[in-house]
Amino acid sequence: MEQLLITPERCLGCHSCELACAVEHSEAKDLIGAVLKKEQPVARIFVETDGRSNLPLQCRHCEEPYCVYACMSGAMKKDEETKRVSVDQDRCVGCWMCVMACPFGAIVQDTMQRVINKCDFCPDKKEPACTAACPTGALRLMEVSDFSKEKRQKYLTVFPKNIQGEV
Amino acid sequence: MVFEKKTIDTAAQKMLKKVEKDGVKTVWDRLQDQEPQCGFGALGVCCRNCLQGPCRINPFGEPKQGVCGADADTIVARNLLRSVTGGAATHADHAYEAVEALFKVWEENSSYMVKDEAKLKAVAAKIGVDIDTEDMALLAREVAEKAFETFTNHTSETMGWLAAWAPKERIDTWGKLGVLPRNADREIREALHQTTMGVDADPTNLLLATVKQSLVDGFAGLKLATDMQDIIFGTPKPVQSEMNLGVLKEDHVNVIVHGHVPLLSEKIVEWCRKMEEEAKAAGAQGINVAGICCTGNETLMRQGVPPATNFLGQELALATGAVDLIVVDAQCIMPSIANVAGCYHGEVITTMPISKIPGATHVPFTLDDADARAKEIVLKAVESFKKRGSKNVFIPEEKVPIIAGFSVETIVGALSKVNAEDPLKPLVDSIKSGAILGAVGTVGCNNVKVPQDYIHVEMVKKLIANNVLVVATGCSAHALGKAGLLHPDATINLAGEGLKQVLTAVGEAAGLGGPLPPVLHMGSCVDNSRIGDLLTALADYLGVAIKDLPVAASAPEPQHEKALSIGTWAVSMGVLTHLGLPPHILGSEAVVKTLTGDTIESLLGGKFYVEIDPEKAAEGLISHIKAKRQALGI
Repeated sequence: MEQLLITPERCLGCHSCELACAVEHSEAKDLIGAVLKKEQPVARIFVETDGRSNLPLQCRHCEEPYCVYACMSGAMKKDEETKRVSVDQDRCVGCWMCVMACPFGAIVQDTMQRVINKCDFCPDKKEPACTAACPTGALRLMEVSDFSKEKRQKYLTVFPKNIQGEV
Repeated sequence: MVFEKKTIDTAAQKMLKKVEKDGVKTVWDRLQDQEPQCGFGALGVCCRNCLQGPCRINPFGEPKQGVCGADADTIVARNLLRSVTGGAATHADHAYEAVEALFKVWEENSSYMVKDEAKLKAVAAKIGVDIDTEDMALLAREVAEKAFETFTNHTSETMGWLAAWAPKERIDTWGKLGVLPRNADREIREALHQTTMGVDADPTNLLLATVKQSLVDGFAGLKLATDMQDIIFGTPKPVQSEMNLGVLKEDHVNVIVHGHVPLLSEKIVEWCRKMEEEAKAAGAQGINVAGICCTGNETLMRQGVPPATNFLGQELALATGAVDLIVVDAQCIMPSIANVAGCYHGEVITTMPISKIPGATHVPFTLDDADARAKEIVLKAVESFKKRGSKNVFIPEEKVPIIAGFSVETIVGALSKVNAEDPLKPLVDSIKSGAILGAVGTVGCNNVKVPQDYIHVEMVKKLIANNVLVVATGCSAHALGKAGLLHPDATINLAGEGLKQVLTAVGEAAGLGGPLPPVLHMGSCVDNSRIGDLLTALADYLGVAIKDLPVAASAPEPQHEKALSIGTWAVSMGVLTHLGLPPHILGSEAVVKTLTGDTIESLLGGKFYVEIDPEKAAEGLISHIKAKRQALGI
């Protein structure tokens, strides 16, 4: 199962993921069209910074989704087949329990409709808009196992040097 | 075929196949690597004018202001003014060097001379220089001194070249708006000042300054450069030639001149012709020169040098493996040509102190040693030919016959064969009768975001079929030439009945033995001034303003800052100006509305019109022309 995975040291803070996310959730589904139609679509991804590191964050679609456990109306669901966490906005009553439960702050308020909004993995697209828009590869859609492999390979290039350094 | 989505030019399609096989990256690959391009940049809402930034405005919410408080309207207008200033600076700098060359004609051993005395006298008379002299070098010096004043005026008077040539009605209009430029250099300096951190935040004021920059371009750039070049190298006359990559010759030393300023390329052509023997000694049949971009237009019009391709084809020309040397001056030269040349044997020569490319050989070319340097460069081409070999050389067969070089002087000359006493009358009568519906000038670049030449060609085919006369410059002229539209056959096969009759009558009267082409090639990008001169003459003849004429302008595939400044100049002249791609201004509704709506039209008579679909664009231009006809009562 592919996941949205982040390599924070590659994030330059350009906010292109936020813009692309908003555009994908506009009616026009196109930047210029949405601007010309004066739409105000809402992004579901947020680039946060502490001054040293940047981190694009959105719903992690957790295996143990606290937001789903906290939802009292049954609006939040985890699809066991697709492994995606989704919200049924018609059932959402705007109690914000999920907002409090989510450890990442990835659930936001849709102030117009007074319900919550979150990453829906761009169901109309092959690849989520945010990963497609990321110019540096800070955000990627990939298998968790491949991501781990890549990290191991990267570590491999440092590890022997460290060992030799110690000897 | 995927190549057809990249270009409609079949020679270019063949070359794309070759570069794919050769593993050479081109502009099309690099666009793909860049995608998706930054949305903030595309909307024009990114500001990096101070170190508190970079800032960008969120089109869909917060933040609505940059660190300093500038909003999207300010940032978009400021960025547009900087771009248009870039375009104006480019042409003003080009023109300035041409003035310097004319000034030096007077010096002993000058590499340049006065070729067109009649034009020199005509220009001198118009700017108030006494022409009662036989000493052309001295007269040239006096005209050049007067031209320099356009850059050295320290009063609040309007700059001389504009005051001498612009229609009075326009000068009054621009004067009321407070946009008359005083001194090209001062205005360019002022625009950079105006757009730096903490100066102008008023979008309207910034847009008025943009109009002023366009007038700097139109008169201290385009008009001045054309006048100087005509005096030094001759006013163009219609010339037959060929166009597209098939003009390269396998058994010749192939030299390509690329860039914009004819001061270099004219000398290269001259020395290529003088050094045939050296080429033969190296085993070639001779030296073949071909052009790319506006230098290609300049040398085509005055020397009959065939253009090899336009902007997007520059890398492909080198990938033929048959180009022994490409010599460049400035503007629209992709740095990537050094890399492409490195994959084959061709040598890249840069010549200007402001335009160097890593991987190229730099031969400093100055007005004082023009002949020596040109000779040195041509000798390098002969040396490079010896290294060519026959491996991996492929020249596509495409070469299309064209007629080019229609200066205003020659258009009037051709018309005077129909009516010697009143040359403009036949043209005006044809417009009045409806045989010619109106005219559109297509200008400007290729842009890799659309298939090469596609909008140019498809739009113009529809225009001429509807009896709209088209005049073209720049890479647009190349696009149309490669598609066969600069040839009389296109009049016979593609023009509407009325247009066909008029072009046939004029062509036959002028002794061409057939019609004029339906698209008149009027030169390089600076030669858009010729279109301005023609419109000025027509409006003057009819006793109306340019803004009332049934005409329009179009940059179907704009790419460069110059296209924005020329486009704004056309709007300032009072002409509806179509763009096939939107500039980076869509992040400000206020700026978009001002430039494309009633505001600018009520102030200047012209406005911008953006349409990417060539059919719809042609329809839009035709309905504009019809509305103008109706307003004139014809």
